[in-house]
This record gives sequence, structure tokens and C-alpha cells, in this order.
Amino acid sequence: MATPLIQISGLEKAFSTNESWLGQWRLRQGKLARHKDSVHALNGVNLTINQGETLCVVGETGCGKSTLARVIMGLTPPSAGEIHYLDQRIDQLNNRQRMFFRRRMQMVFQNPYASLNPRMTVYQTLSEPISFHNPQLSQSSVDEKIDELLESVGISASSSDRYPHEFSGGQRQRISLARALSVEPDFIVADEPLSALDVSVQAQVLNLMMDKQEERNLSYLFITHDLAVVEHFATRVAVMYLGRICELSPTSTLFSSPKHPYTQALLSAIPRLDSNTAQPIRLIGEVPTPTEKPIGCVFQARCPYANQRCYESSPSMTLQSDGSSVACHAIEEGRL
Amino acid sequence: MKKRELAALIDVSFTLNRGERIAIVGESGAGKSILGFSIVNLISKPGYIESGSIKLENKELTTMNLRQLQEIRGKRIAMIFQDPMMTLNPVLTIGNQLVETIRSHTNISYKDARNIAIEKLHNVQISSPEKRFDQYPHELSGGMRQRVIIAAVLLLNPDIIIADEPTTALDVTIQAEILQLLLSICRDNGVALILISHDLGVVSKVAERTLVMYAGHIVEEGPTLEIINDPQHPYTQGLLNALPQMTIPGQRLNQIQGSMPSLAERPTGCAFHPRCPYATQKCKQEQPQFIYSGVSSVACFMIEDMLNEFADTDKEVL
Ligand SMILES: Nc1ncnc2c1ncn2[C@@H]1O[C@H](COP(=O)(O)OP(=O)(O)O)[C@@H](O)[C@H]1O
Ligand SMILES: Nc1ncnc2c1ncn2[C@@H]1O[C@H](COP(=O)(O)OP(=O)(O)O)[C@@H](O)[C@H]1O
Ligand code: SF4
Ligand code: SF4
Ligand SMILES: [Mg+2]
Ligand SMILES: [Mg+2]
Repeated sequence: MATPLIQISGLEKAFSTNESWLGQWRLRQGKLARHKDSVHALNGVNLTINQGETLCVVGETGCGKSTLARVIMGLTPPSAGEIHYLDQRIDQLNNRQRMFFRRRMQMVFQNPYASLNPRMTVYQTLSEPISFHNPQLSQSSVDEKIDELLESVGISASSSDRYPHEFSGGQRQRISLARALSVEPDFIVADEPLSALDVSVQAQVLNLMMDKQEERNLSYLFITHDLAVVEHFATRVAVMYLGRICELSPTSTLFSSPKHPYTQALLSAIPRLDSNTAQPIRLIGEVPTPTEKPIGCVFQARCPYANQRCYESSPSMTLQSDGSSVACHAIEEGRL
Repeated sequence: MKKRELAALIDVSFTLNRGERIAIVGESGAGKSILGFSIVNLISKPGYIESGSIKLENKELTTMNLRQLQEIRGKRIAMIFQDPMMTLNPVLTIGNQLVETIRSHTNISYKDARNIAIEKLHNVQISSPEKRFDQYPHELSGGMRQRVIIAAVLLLNPDIIIADEPTTALDVTIQAEILQLLLSICRDNGVALILISHDLGVVSKVAERTLVMYAGHIVEEGPTLEIINDPQHPYTQGLLNALPQMTIPGQRLNQIQGSMPSLAERPTGCAFHPRCPYATQKCKQEQPQFIYSGVSSVACFMIEDMLNEFADTDKEVL
């Protein structure tokens, strides 16, 4: 039975895009009025991440994947909603209270150039978090731990005095992973960790992530746009569109019977290796930027099945007989 | 400091037939972009083509002067880059850039040029082209900008399009649309295409023939689908086998050890030998030559030895 590790409910995040006080004034019908422009990046996300699973989040650029990751990690506060780690609420902690969770939850980013400090050797990069979270450890135990950790991610311990630029992209991403693992977390958020890597090197990093998950019963929230990776690696998949989850399914169910109209279009667009695949489903228009909080279904402007109800009310996630959950009126009404 | 020169491409040869669509695939650093740039002699200084010949029909491109080259680049060979902003001017509207292109080589009025530009925007499936005409590049999405580039290419009516990772920065749904558009434009107008990509899935949708590059060499060349179904060169095999879809979900992927060498540390002999499971002493010392394997042309001693062995046993049977 799946045990929840992280539970997210009603999560919203809006960014104001004209932050300066002066920039907020508009002339409206001859009068000055204050107006805050904003982007609604998350519009009510409900999600559970179970212990030991890999939950993959997919969706087009700008749909809110990175924002979701950053809000979960406490790097930016949510505008509304709650996040629980086991039975503790973690979305409103101050820095001191967060310390314990910093250790339990770690993040790996897309660009290992940007996330590793270029002026710190690999040894320094790893010893800092280890010593900080384990003040009781002696220097020699810390060193031992670093050597072990490096070898376990396939980096020779003898190269620990080198700087990030002396490693290849794949090696750097494995060092980032080693840093995340150094504090022995339960949960790792990985935001497009493979995107900057070549296919052969992607395989090395993905294999490493699978090894570590098995060894430590790690849970992953894994963000990627590579659907082949998702199909291979995910336990469950959440499909996002404009700040909402529109389908959440066990991986094999999602790929064998995608249900939401957006999921169907997304999967049909994968450039598969075989030649005789069906034509991709063409969507109308492009993803809009959500400057207003959406009313109705977030997908209505591009959906071929939209009706009046879709413009007026937002569909809620409904569990289907095959274990998937979908938010779509047409499916609920049996039109699709 | 001593000046050092490094070769990015080594002994690369291929031909492109009229209206043919080929792909150049390989991982980053293989030399795909440099190959693409060399064709139109666009290599940035201090890089240069040391030796070799590039012919368009019977005209030699490597010895042309700048004016002659610009003529070729404008009218015969068009380039599409991963980042459309390499081509678009950020301070001019989309429409003005298209009109300028048209009027640079035909003598027509602004009004007529505008009509042609709007028609081309329509052809590349840009919605409300009259409105887009007056917009600046930054007001468009990445996918839309790439469509504008394709519209501009259409205006030139080239014989060859070289597209360097044209969909790499785009979402998968937009990528599918752009690939479809490129494909239909090439087919409908008999335009030849050189598609540079690291994504074999993308390549399989568009190219009839594929060249696989590794560390500045072409290592395999043949019909795209045959290479995908039956890769011959150990590197091509490794590249395909490393794809997640080649393994049962949840199992470890087939990784290739190590990574692509930089120009400075390129190995002797077959450049793939430090990563190759079949490497022998000979591979470390000598450069394999191209041979036809029955599926594709391959530069690999292992394949060569296998073919020789088969030839020998055939003789014995006779
Ligand atoms: N710091 C920020 N300020 C303003 N808008 C932001 C900020 N971060 C993200 N956004 C906007 O929020 C939306 C979601 O972005 P993001 O979470 O990065 O999406 P994804 O990772 O899925 O591409 C986008 O429209 C983006 O422009
Ligand atoms: N201007 C340059 N000066 C020195 N080396 C370069 C230059 N441009 C590219 N290279 C090197 O040449 C090799 C091939 O590059 P490139 O053609 O861009 O590869 P690809 O497009 O296959 O990723 C790489 O090792 C790259 O680092
Ligand atoms: S709710 Fe309506 S608009 Fe949304 S996906 Fe379903 S049919 Fe389409
Ligand atoms: S020539 Fe040798 S090292 Fe190169 S690919 Fe063939 S077997 Fe491997
Ligand atoms: Mg992101
Ligand atoms: Mg390139």
C-alpha cells in the first residue's frame, strides 16, 4: 500500500509582474487607479507524492512545473493552499523551522553549471552540507563519507580537489546529485535534470537515480519534457496545463489510454522511432499566459470538445475505473 | 603562448541529391553544426576550412569570394537555426523584415511585397497574419518565430535548407507542427533538406537518409529507417540502445561509458575506441575506412572483419 510522503492541496501561486509601486498606476476613465499585473502560475494543485515512488510532472513550457517544484521546496511561498510533509504542515515555516526539512528534501536543477559554485572544489561542495547537518562527525569521517559518495555516483574520489569546470556536463550533474544525496534526504525534486545532457550520458544519470532510489527508498518529483524518460522512469505521471493538473495516472495507464484531450494531443506529438505512427493531433493556437485567474477549464481555448459548461465551471479531478484521475467535463458527461 | 589548431571535422564526405532530405545526427560536440556552417562557408573566425571541396552542382563554394557566397546563401541555400533570433532583427517588425527580404532581390512596390509577405505568413500557418505583420519578434512565442523564419525561407525559394536543431528549444506539440511544416514545404517545392539534430525520433520523421557523426567523423551513413532498425556502427548501436524506449520500464538503461572527447583530447585511431566494447589494438592505432555492410556504409574494423570472415566462409562452401 502506498504511503503518502508529501501532500499538496489547493496550491496557488501568483507572481506580480509590475513589482514597483510606480509601475502599478494606470489611467482608467480619466482617473488614476492602482492595478497589479500578475501571472497565475499555479491555480489549485492537489497532489500526493508517495514514499519510494517517482512522480513525473509533464506539460508545456510555462505551465507551472518549476513553480510547483520551488513552492514545494520552500524557495518561494505559495499564495494559497497547504503542503504537508508526513503529518507536518511545511508551507509556512520560518528559516529556522525549515532547517529540519532542508535535510529531508533536496533539489537538483537542470543546469549543473549554474547550480554548482564554480569557485568551490568538489570536496568543498560536498563537505559543507555534510558538516553542517552532522556537526558531530569528525573530519576524517566527513572525508570518508565524501569519498564513498563520489565513488557511488561514478566520480573517482581522487578528483575531489577539482573544480566544476574540469568535469563534463554528465559528471557535473552526478556531482549535483551527490550533493543532494550527501544529507541523506527522503525526497528529491529534480527539475529537468537530464535536459542539458546527451542521450548516452542521460542514461548514466537516470540509472544512477534509479540505483539510489532502490538503495534508500527515495521519493522523486521528477520534472521533464522527455516523454520517453517519463514512460521508462515514472511510477505515476501528472500532466499539467496552465497551473492545474488535468490528468494523474499510473504510468502504463497514461501511455496506453490517455484520457484528457490535452494528454492525448501531447502523447500524439512524441516523435517515436517507428515510421508508421499516426499524425499528431493539432491543437488550436498556443498556450496563453495566465494573467487572470482562469474561470472554467484551463484548456477550453484550445480544446476541440469544449462546450458552454467548460467556459463557466472548472472540472474537478474524477477517479476513473482504471485508476487514472481526469479533470474534464466531456469525460464526466460521457461525450469523450 | 603557442598557437594551437584543432580539427573539428576530419575527412567528411557526402553528397546531397536534388530534393533529398538527409539528417546529420550525433551528440553535442560531434561537429554537426560546424559541418552545416562549412557548407555555406559560414565558419566564424579564426576557424577555416583547411582542405577539401564543397560543390553546389558544379560550382566550388570553398574558393568563392564573399559577394558570390552571399548570393548563394541568399538564393540557393537557406539556414534555419535553433534560436530564431540569430536571424531575426529584434528592432524591426516581422513584416518589415519580410518585405525587406523580398525587395532586396525583386523590384516591386511595398504594397505588393506586403501582400506576398502576408501570404507567406499564412502559408506557415500563422494566425491573423495581418496583425502579426506589425509585431516585433519579442511579441511572438518561440514556435511562432520559427514559423516566421520558415516564411522568410519560403520567400527565397532556395534549393537547399540547412536546419540546425530547428525544434530543439520547442515544446513537443509545437515541435511536431514545425516538423510537419518543414516536411511539407520541402516536399511541395522539391527543396533539399539537411536536418541537423541530436534526436533520432525527430530525424526518423523527416529524413530519408542519415549520417551519424562522432568526434568530427561520419561513422555511419545509410537509409534512416534501416539505420534505426539495424544500426551497424557500435556508436550508432550505443546511441539507439541508450534510449529509454529500448529498455523495459523500470530497468536500467544501456549506457555508453564515458563521454564524447573534446577536440584537444581526441583519441588516435578510431575516435570511438575508448568507449567501444569491441575495440582491439588495431582500433587504437588505425583509422577505419568506409565499407558497405549491406544496410549502410560504416567505418568500423569490427564490421570489416565480420564481412571478411563471411566472405571467407562463402568461399569455403563453394
Ligand atoms: N519569478 C517569476 N515572476 C513572474 N512570473 C514568473 C516567475 N516565475 C515563473 N513565472 C511565470 O509563471 C508561469 C509558470 O512558469 P514555470 O513554473 O517556470 O513553468 P515551467 O517550469 O512549466 O516552464 C510562466 O508564465 C512564467 O512566466
Ligand atoms: N569557434 C570554435 N572554436 C573552437 N572550437 C570550436 C568552435 N566551434 C565549435 N568548436 C568545437 O568543435 C566541436 C564541434 O562543435 P559543433 O559543430 O558545434 O558540435 P555539434 O553541433 O555537433 O554539437 C566541439 O568540440 C566544439 O567545442
Ligand atoms: S473540460 Fe471541456 S474544455 Fe476542458 S478538456 Fe474537457 S472538454 Fe475540453
Ligand atoms: S573501429 Fe574498433 S573501436 Fe571503432 S567502432 Fe569499430 S570496433 Fe569499435
Ligand atoms: Mg521549468
Ligand atoms: Mg550544434
